[in-house]
Amino acid sequence: MSAIIQRWKLFIPVLAFVALSALLWRGLYLDTSELPSMLIDKPMPAFELTTVEGEPVSIDDLPGEMFLLNVWGSYCLPCLVEHPTFMRLSEEGEIPVVGVNYRDRKDLAQEWLEDNGDPFAFSILDESGRLGIDLGVYGAPETYLVDANGVIRYRHVSVLDENVWQQEFIPAITELRSESQ
Amino acid sequence: MTGSFRRERVTWRFFLCSLTLMLLLPLLVHGQVDTFEFDTPEQQARFRQLSNELRCPMCQNTNLTGSTGGVAEDLRREVHRMIMAGMSNEEIEQFMFERYGDFIFYRPRLRAETVLLWFGPLIFLIIGGLVAYSIWRRAKASEQAKTGLDATERERLEALLRRES
Repeated sequence: MSAIIQRWKLFIPVLAFVALSALLWRGLYLDTSELPSMLIDKPMPAFELTTVEGEPVSIDDLPGEMFLLNVWGSYCLPCLVEHPTFMRLSEEGEIPVVGVNYRDRKDLAQEWLEDNGDPFAFSILDESGRLGIDLGVYGAPETYLVDANGVIRYRHVSVLDENVWQQEFIPAITELRSESQ
Repeated sequence: MTGSFRRERVTWRFFLCSLTLMLLLPLLVHGQVDTFEFDTPEQQARFRQLSNELRCPMCQNTNLTGSTGGVAEDLRREVHRMIMAGMSNEEIEQFMFERYGDFIFYRPRLRAETVLLWFGPLIFLIIGGLVAYSIWRRAKASEQAKTGLDATERERLEALLRRES
């Protein structure tokens, strides 16, 4: 009996090696560029800024229903890639989209919206990046899903194309809608 | 004769001068140029320390000091603002943690989620030590089993061998 146990003991280093290899192998394929957001299930941070058009805007002006908050900039090429998705969403009236014009210049932002179309209910002008810091933004584009109570429920970093919309946002939105009913 | 001696000295002086200049060159490179103003050297030292220990969330693997990224610029400005507002290092770190999480720290806080990070190497060291100890003990035991002598008998054997030589 003890001989059998002794023999099994020989496999412990092998098992340890396999377990460690599996762990490190998985680590190789982790996407470390996408950091988890600290703001999930936290209320939207307060702000007192203006829109890109120059109107004063604060947290009270945000939609009273579920909406997307898209962080963009005229300098940001990936923002141009995801732009058609937001245009479609706003045309079809699927969900309101609020923009955060992040670390940009007012005139350049206005020009960009004129050239490419404006899918946003309004765009908050965050020239200093201060609202970005409160949101935990680290670079445009980023998109947040905010529920009807103004609580951040989901964040997507980088381009939000139709694929991401189908695979990440539709399930998240469906879940939130069923939750509130 | 003296001419060649002088020339040699001039060459040496030239060499030493260029070497000194070359060694001083890195002092000119200072990552980001601080244009922030402080009331006390202590505030400036705290700013240096915090910017060195906080990590840039966008360009990973550089600290705030070394990064030219937009977020890093904003965060340096925030750190400066908070120091001037009289906030402690703990408060500033809490501010960063609430927005960017553990990732922002090059020296993560000791929390349930980071325990493995802090003590994992120690655990591996202990396991390694135990394995090494058991191997050493077994080797010793088998050595003893080979000769079949106990401690006093071995002493006698060694004494006999010594007398032989």
